[in-house]
Formats: sequence, structure tokens, C-alpha cells
Amino acid sequence: MELNARIPAGPIQDKWTKHRFDMKLVNPSNKRKYSVIVVGSGLAGGAAAATMAELGYEVSCFCFQDSPRRAHSIAAQGGINAAKNYQGDGDSVYRLFYDTVKGGDFRAREANVYRLAELSLAIIDQAVAQGVPFAREYGGFLANRSFGGAQVSRTFYARGQTGQQLLLGCYQALERQIGAGKVTMHNRHEMLELVVVDGRARGIVTRDLISGRIESHVADAVVLCTGGYANVFYLSTNAKGCNVTAIWRAHKKGAGFANPCYTQIHPTSLPPAGEHQSKLTLMSESLRNDGRVWVPKQQGDTRPPDQIPDDERDYYLERYYPSFGNLAPRDIASRRAKEMVDEGRGVGPSGIGVYLDFRDAIQRLGKEVIEERYGNLFDMYANIAGENPYEVPMRIYPAPHYTMGGLWVDYNLMSTIPGLHVGGEANFSDHGANRLGASALMQGLADGYFILPLTLGDYLARGGFDKIDTDHAEFRAAEEAVAERTKKFLSINGKRTVTDIHRELGAILWEYCGMARNAAGLKTALAKIPALREEFWENVRVPGDGQNLNQQLEHAGRLADFLEFGELMCHDALDRDESAGGHFREEHQTADGEALRNDQDFAHASVWEFKGVGQAPVKHREELTFENVPLATRSYK
Amino acid sequence: MNLTLHVWRQAGPDAEGRFETYPAQSISEHSSFLEMLDVVNERIIADGGEPIAFDHDCREGICGMCGFLVNGVPHGPLPGATVCQVHMRHYQDGDELWIEPWRATAFPVIRDLAVNRSAFDRIIEAGGYISAATGSAPDAHAVPVPKENAEYAMSAAECIGCGACVAACPNASAMLFTAAKVGHLGLLPQGQPERYTRVVDMVATMDGEHFGHCTNHGACQVACPKEISVDYIARLNKDLRTAKIRKSPNIR
Repeated sequence: MELNARIPAGPIQDKWTKHRFDMKLVNPSNKRKYSVIVVGSGLAGGAAAATMAELGYEVSCFCFQDSPRRAHSIAAQGGINAAKNYQGDGDSVYRLFYDTVKGGDFRAREANVYRLAELSLAIIDQAVAQGVPFAREYGGFLANRSFGGAQVSRTFYARGQTGQQLLLGCYQALERQIGAGKVTMHNRHEMLELVVVDGRARGIVTRDLISGRIESHVADAVVLCTGGYANVFYLSTNAKGCNVTAIWRAHKKGAGFANPCYTQIHPTSLPPAGEHQSKLTLMSESLRNDGRVWVPKQQGDTRPPDQIPDDERDYYLERYYPSFGNLAPRDIASRRAKEMVDEGRGVGPSGIGVYLDFRDAIQRLGKEVIEERYGNLFDMYANIAGENPYEVPMRIYPAPHYTMGGLWVDYNLMSTIPGLHVGGEANFSDHGANRLGASALMQGLADGYFILPLTLGDYLARGGFDKIDTDHAEFRAAEEAVAERTKKFLSINGKRTVTDIHRELGAILWEYCGMARNAAGLKTALAKIPALREEFWENVRVPGDGQNLNQQLEHAGRLADFLEFGELMCHDALDRDESAGGHFREEHQTADGEALRNDQDFAHASVWEFKGVGQAPVKHREELTFENVPLATRSYK
Repeated sequence: MNLTLHVWRQAGPDAEGRFETYPAQSISEHSSFLEMLDVVNERIIADGGEPIAFDHDCREGICGMCGFLVNGVPHGPLPGATVCQVHMRHYQDGDELWIEPWRATAFPVIRDLAVNRSAFDRIIEAGGYISAATGSAPDAHAVPVPKENAEYAMSAAECIGCGACVAACPNASAMLFTAAKVGHLGLLPQGQPERYTRVVDMVATMDGEHFGHCTNHGACQVACPKEISVDYIARLNKDLRTAKIRKSPNIR
């Protein structure tokens, strides 16, 4: 497996400009002769599909939901970063770049991050032109707020629904192209195989989730924008349908998987309420701007929060990090919360949770101001938890939320399989070992609107495509593999449900490969996962047949992939013998419990090559160099 | 808590449907409505049956994928919430619940509680956008937008496309859905160039998709999980009238 990142030469500020000039172009009248498959219709996929169609390419887009408007980008609440410096508070492209590299704990590729910061400007312009109703000031200009670990106000937002509004802008652009006949949309289709012909990605095999039909689709290039894999933990803030299947199947066909152990645990989710819990709900981290996080000083203190006097409360984030306080980065805030719970100082009926208290903010600013800022979030909390957060502090706990790892891509966002491009959360490119708040939407849209349409053009312009159709042996073989697998799921007829086994897998990963990991635990997980996988293939029960809507069958397919992927994640976590960002190895911490990186041995992206189910994967490295942001220890004290 | 469910079961679009009765036993009051159905489904599977199919995804009220009638009410009894946001503490032990899919010609049943809402996509496709190709945008501050306008546009833009408005309407009209998009884009300066063709084209598509007409019942507003106001329907009608009396919709 060859890893050539294809980073353009020259100063970091000029790389993207120079690269755009160096890329080959497809003549406008020839673009319609090239076809592209886009899997996923979230911010990255939807934006890429719409933009490539606008440029003139023949695009097919696939999503498993009933409409492209429902992709999980829709659930992002807080906002989107852009270095517009509209607040005049000293922000710049360079500062956003610097913050993102540092926030990622020096495990991202500088050139990609700089480009991301650069493109952030155009994203806001594009979204506003589409009619995204961002929050505004009375003068009619755009409002900004400071968000999760940033010391400038660069976050644009639309109430608590920024992801929704950006996705609807993108969806509307996509629908315009569908109406114009330039995009063929395949709703309720799931990609189950990548088809590689003569070493290049040339198509996919899908299952129509309504009719069960297995279909082949040919194109000149394939783009995967299929999101992250946090549902490997079973309980996460991801939508129920989010899965690793598309990128895992591509990995099995030769695409290198980078840094699977980099997962982000979000500090402000609602705590799990019981065995029935099917997913975790995120509360926007903007709440940490005014809420204070605390637990009782005393272990096992079961008094109601209003009866615990201030000097018996431990505002631990303010204590540990006097300058950042409650706004400490996500990974740090999450780990500290787990520490409190592990010490027996957790709150709520289960003891799993910490308080996020608005008492002081309400006293200082008045209830009206808090209501204006967070009204919808408070309502949401009250509805789910059944408690009034204006009177009783919220209870929060960390939850798997985002995955920084993904398929390895070069500067053109192309994987190790020529013709297979990967965008958004599905690739590994920009966030290193930890993603800063309000940066996911930015990355999805930068990839989709501004990078993929150009780099794919370059790939297509270089040509050399043989004419093939779905009768090609590779398509036949892939279809057969899908049919075979479907038949297998339905024939096992064991005793355990898909959900039951998924829950067990999630518990293993949360315990041994969650917020804090150690070698012994990871080895335990590496023994437990193959055993559970074996049990799945012998004892799962998938009712019904493959000829119609069968949600258990869909879930079984996704779980089968998680059961293979989870093992890779633990391999990577065990191999990365350092702490970095969201990957915290207990063996590597400073005296006061901070992550301790090992730049000597681990300033690289680990890229894994698939060698067979149950076989040890082979590691390749992309060395990371830091020419602009000097390697330094993160400090949020 | 223990409940009795009467659930609409229908094997496919052309199959005949009927209510089947299931006990929902030892349900936690902290579970959501969909988690209650998960529990029931796990038991159906254990007993060798086929689980109840229902659409869902984000389970936090924003994706718009879930939705069905509970005792005749879209998304159940809680105002301003999708059914995934309704928790079982809103019900009493011993309650009997009738659960069925959206009922509308334009939303054919796929299976059990899942319906086909692609007609909504086609309404958007007809004009629910601003034609701004990637790369064509001026600086975001080039055109200030009065805060009140931006807020009022946002209140319409919150629509999640779930279909509750259609299900609540005695005519199965998609007027609130369409009006929300017409209102959102028509309230912003960026939306002005296509404002009148947009409303004409979207309404024509809505009619062609076999949604009923709006007779100002207002049930849609009550059912809407985002509490979108019928005032936007008035705005749509005003724009539609203006467009229709013009020689060409966008020419003043």
C-alpha cells in the first residue's frame, strides 16, 4: 500500500491556489460524458453531488434514508466556524488553522487544515446566498458566538439548528439538480459493496431497502461521504442508521483505514436512563458558556443539588483549568467527568452524571437572557429528563459523538484506491486526534462544495477509463457476495436479536476502548470481540425475508461490519502507545492527568491494510511534519 | 407500566392492512415512545414474529424521519414534539393506544407504519430553492437582512418535512409544508428573484401530487412538531395571487 499524500510544494498559504492551477480541467462540454457516484447525502455528499451536477457531470446520489434531507448532518446544533473576523476580535485564516492543528493535538495534516480554514470564508458566503437563515444582529449583519475552546467569536449559527439549516441549503441545491435531470437520486438504497475494476473504483452494489433488489451501478469515479462510526459503541449521539458499512466494505477492497482509534466523546449528552436506552441525546456544548459543571465534594452524597452548599461542591473544571474553566476542550471535559463518576461522586439516580448548573448565570443575567440563549435546549432537556433545568441543574454525561478516524485520503481526498474519493466525517483528514466544536459542518461543506468537485475533475480529466457495464465479472461477483450474505443472515435463525448483540459490542468498546484505554483492557477487548462475532454468525435471529422492507436485516448487515471494525479500532488503540486528543492511554499521562503525546514515535497517521477477517491488519504510516505550527504540549490551564 | 397496543400491520403497499394487538409490558416511564416500540419488537422477534416496521433515525426530533398517528393524533399527545420525543411518562398504566401510519393518498404505505413521502421532495424540486450555484456567492455581508426578517424566515425554515401537517389535515393538504418553504425563502432578500415563479411551481406540483386543498382548518399548525404557524399559508396565498395576476410571475 503506497501512501503519497500529494501535498503541493510551496508556502502553506499558497498550496491550494497553486494546486488549483496545477489540476487538469475537463472542458465544460465534455463534463456530461463523465459519471460520478456519490454515496451519502449529508453536508459533504449532498454538496459534492449538487456542485458536480452544476458543473455538468452526470451524478448519481445514494442515501439509506427516505430523503436526502434526513442525513445526520441535520442534527448538528451549535454552529459552523469561519475565519471571517466579522467581530474584529483578531481572527484570521491563520488563527483558525493554528487552533485546529493544536486542537487536533498535532495529529492532522497541516496542508489540509490550512485549506479548510481558507475555505471556511466561502462556505458562509455560499450558505447565505442559498438562504440559510443564520442568526443576525439588529443592523442586519451576521451574529457570531464563541464556541468550545475558541478564544475568538467565529461561530455562525441558526438557533440550535445550524446543521439542519446548512443541510437544507445543500438539499435544496441538490433537489434543483435532481429537477434539472443532472442528479439521479436513489433514496432508501444502501451501498453494500464497492466495485474495483483494474485497480480503480468503478461502481457500487446496492440493496433497494423497499424491494430488496440488489443492483449494480457503474461510474467513472465513486465518492463516499457516509459519515462516522460512533455507533460501534451502540449508544452514541449518532442517528440510529449511522454505520461504518460503506467505508468498511471499501476498506476490505483495499482502501487504507486511518486512525480508527480517534473517537470523540462529547461532554454534554444526557445520561443514559436505563436498559431501554436506544441512543444518547446531545445537548449543545454552547451550554458550557454559561453553565457551571460540578459534583459534590463528598462521595455518595445523595442530597438534592439545591441542598448542597457551595463550599461542598467541586467545580472541578474551574479548579483544574482556571483560564478555560467550563470551556475546556471536549476530550478533557469528558475524561474529567468520567473520573468524577469513577470516584463515586457522580449524580442522579444511576450515579452516572455530573451537574451543569445555570443558577449563577440566571442570577447574573436574569432568566429571560438564559431563555433567549438556550430556550430550545432547556425545553428539550425538560422534555427528555422530566426536570426543569431553570430550577434543578441539568445532569450530563459524555457520549460518543464524532469519529476523527476514517478512510485515509491524500490532499485530493482520494483514498488508496484510485477513483475512490472520501469526504466529510468518513475520511480522516482534518481534525487529527480531536475535533474542535463547530468544525464538522465546516469540513463537510469544504469537502463537498469546494474540494471534491475540483479534485474529481482532475482525476477524471486524466482519463483512461475503459467502457464497462454491469455485466462485468467484478459486478457479478459483488452482487453475488451481497446476495449470499443476505441469505446467510436470514438463515441463521438463532436466539439473540441484532440489538442485543450490538448492545454487548457497544459495552465492550465503551469499557475498553472508550474515553480512557490501557493495554490490558484493549487486549481483553481483542479477545472478546472475535468471540462475539462468532456468536453473531451462529446465534443471531434475523426475522422476515429479503424481498421487502426489513429493518432487522439492515441492522444485521451494519452490525456484522461493526463487529469486524471494532477489532481494528482496538488494534489501532493498542498500537498507538501514546495519548493524543481523544485517544487517552492511561499509561501515558502527566502527573496531573493530562494526555502525554510521544512525538518521537507517533507523529504519524496509522493507516491499516485489511488482511482478512480475524487476521492482524498491516500498518502503514504517513509521517506528519509540522512546519508552521510548532509541536507543543496543549495547555488549557 | 403496562399498556395495550393496537398497531396497523400491512405487509406491503398493495397488501391489505389490519390492526393487531400487542401487550407492552414492564415499560419504563423514562423510555421514549420509539424505545417502547423497540421493547415490543424485541419480544415479537423472540416469539418468532416479524417486528413492526417504523421509520426513525436521529431520535432527537430533527431529522423528520419518524411519525405516525397515536390515537388519531400525529406524533402523539405532546405539542411541539415528534413521536421520538414523546416519553412514556405522558401515559398512564393500563392505557390502550391505537398506532397507525399517516393516512394520505400522496403518502402510500410502504410497510406497517412506514410511508413514502417522496412527494415532499418533488415539491422542493419544483422550486423550493434559491438558484445559487457553488462559487457564485458574494460576501455574506454584502446584503444585510433585518433581524426580524431573518428570525421570521428561520421560524418557517425549521420545518422538518415529517408529514404531520398532511396527516392532520382533513383534506390531506400539504399547504403548511409548502408555505413554510415559500415563506422561508420569500422573506429573505436572496429569495426575491425567484419568489413568484417559486410559489406558482411549488403549488402546481403540490396539486399534481394528489394532496388535497387547504380549507383553513388549522389542524396542521396544531400537529406540527415545530409549531409552524398557518400565517405562512396566508403569505403563500398572497404571493400566489400576486403571481397569478401578473403577466409573468417575476415581472413587476
